[in-house]
Amino acid sequence: MEIILIGLSHKTAPVEIREKFCLTKEGVGEFLGRMSGIPGVQEEIVLSTCNRLEILVVLDGKDNRISAVKTLLAETGQMKPEELASCLYVHEGEAAVRHFFRVASSLDSMVLGEPQILGQVKDAYGQAVGCKGTGLILNKLLHRAFFVAKRVRTETKIASQAVSVSFAAVELAKKILGELEDKRVLVIGAGEMSELAARHFLSQGVKEIFVANRTFSRALELAEELKGKAIPFGEIARHLHQMDIVLSSTGSSQYVVRREELAAVLKARKHRPMFFIDIAVPRDIDPRINEIDNVYVYDIDDLEGIVEANKEERKKEVVRAEGIIAEGVESFRQWLRGLEAVPTILALRGQAEEICRREVAKTLALLKDSSEEQRRLLDALANSIVNKILHHPISTLKRQEERGHGKAYTEVMRKMFHLDPEEEEERAGHE
Amino acid sequence: MNIAFFQGAFFLYFIGAGFCLAHLVTLRAMLARLGRGFLAGGLGVHTLAILLRVFESGRTPLANLHEALSFFAWATVAVYFLLYFKYRLEALGAFVSPVAVVMMVLAALFPKEIVPVEPVLNSFWLPIHVILAIIGNALFALGFAVALMYLLQERQIKSKRIGVFYRRLPALKILDDLNYRCLTWGFPFLTLGIITGSIWAQSAWGTYWSWDPKQTWSLITWFLYAALLHGRLTVGWRGRKAAIFAVAGFGFLVFTFLGVNLLLSGMHGFK
Repeated sequence: MEIILIGLSHKTAPVEIREKFCLTKEGVGEFLGRMSGIPGVQEEIVLSTCNRLEILVVLDGKDNRISAVKTLLAETGQMKPEELASCLYVHEGEAAVRHFFRVASSLDSMVLGEPQILGQVKDAYGQAVGCKGTGLILNKLLHRAFFVAKRVRTETKIASQAVSVSFAAVELAKKILGELEDKRVLVIGAGEMSELAARHFLSQGVKEIFVANRTFSRALELAEELKGKAIPFGEIARHLHQMDIVLSSTGSSQYVVRREELAAVLKARKHRPMFFIDIAVPRDIDPRINEIDNVYVYDIDDLEGIVEANKEERKKEVVRAEGIIAEGVESFRQWLRGLEAVPTILALRGQAEEICRREVAKTLALLKDSSEEQRRLLDALANSIVNKILHHPISTLKRQEERGHGKAYTEVMRKMFHLDPEEEEERAGHE
Repeated sequence: MNIAFFQGAFFLYFIGAGFCLAHLVTLRAMLARLGRGFLAGGLGVHTLAILLRVFESGRTPLANLHEALSFFAWATVAVYFLLYFKYRLEALGAFVSPVAVVMMVLAALFPKEIVPVEPVLNSFWLPIHVILAIIGNALFALGFAVALMYLLQERQIKSKRIGVFYRRLPALKILDDLNYRCLTWGFPFLTLGIITGSIWAQSAWGTYWSWDPKQTWSLITWFLYAALLHGRLTVGWRGRKAAIFAVAGFGFLVFTFLGVNLLLSGMHGFK
């Protein structure tokens, strides 16, 4: 039995090749079907996104089966196998498990820590389960992968930090203003940058967006796109007191909002906090405004600074994430080893002997005036009961392993006799 | 017996505070749950300790500094749980629990023997006055913790140096709202505490107000919080200014509660 991972990603294949393997749901279904037709393929999962294709299979014996999967891949992508070969990576055993855990935890992603990949892995698993492609091994491997990915996400800061200026701005707005649902945003300057940032705020569900631009027609246009309202450039000051967030990116060489104007604005809004985001160079918002209580001004450098700090932080977190993954791989390896009959039999015997020893000791403590002979007999009695009870389970296990059903039987045995206490905890934690 | 329970509660609060602080550092959800568990356990044991003391002394156990501080800590933790269930701010525990622990330390330092209340003071106004005043104090203690959180977070965002607290603390808006809540709930209790106190004074000493240091300082504290409430309601004070006020107000409150008894003499002291 071998766990093999064959794949390609943004790290090994250019976009011209990746796009050929960006399969639709139906495409994946068909591929799964054809792969399960290859003799010796016992379990299979296919994960296909625009940046990667990962094929995880359980094979009995590897050599010609791997090349059969590769050939199937080349056919699917309508490429020559030789051409494709340089873009593919193949991982076996533990390396395959590690790679898959890293993918699910978004450590292998183009944008480190991006959150979509776990959902994509879950979908891929769902589809493989639907096609009856998964069995004992991959079910376990996938659940383990979800568990590891969840740990990476909650225990490290990899996925929690904004790594683009727009995201950093939205995050800051939330830290200053709380929920954004009842907040109004004023966009000054209808350029591309402001549009992008405005869309981020829109997707966060802000209440209303206003657009001001020197050319009023352009303001109207953008306002319509953002389902907002346009206001004339000259009337910004008159509307400013209604705005909680002001996003500015004009080409103006002078400040568009000055500190002197703010006193009246703040009074009119009872000093409710305001957040100015100035992504223009030269700056649009008078930086001295940041000195006023309850008003915060971030310019493009401030935001870039946060993004840089976050990226650095993410890199540091990778080390911790790798540690979590290594733990996951190790515990999967142990589970896999446990599926062999011999360690299971040993664990079962060990457990039984332990119980036996404990119970005999308990009874002996009660029988204070027993002779040496009696003690020996009691011990022998307990041992022989245990051996008789264990005889059939153990011989069945051995017999089934010879017939090739060993894994299913050991798995059941381990569960019934509770041979993996940590396993149960993890399951409880996962569900 | 009540002392043993008091010490048990102290111990549980201490462990709980440790877990809350560890959660603030590591952000592991498990630690926050453990912290709350220990604090809740502490609150339960503390409740028993107070009830036992009622039983053992045969009166409301609010007649000396040990008893008052112990009840202050109890009320602070109780108010913390009320706010936690309403707002679910994970970071709050790490700021409130140390305050409660400090109160418990002080409570443990004062003599714990049960002493009889002077007959002249023994009236049903005693529990009413002290309970109202201390619930008010507990709300202001929460306001103080929240104000500290606000000031830390505000400093980070204003200076644009996004450090460790940025991610760990809630939004400024939420902290400011919470600070306001503590004020609007705490102020009526403080006011009623002072009013019932003066009624009690009338029945005990025959005069509503005698400018005893405790009364004077409570009045100063009351004016400070009244000014803050007024500023918030009419002038639109909020954020940093209001947070600084809340911290200062709590400083005066602590002095009124402890300093007056320890440093100044008057007829109000818990003996």
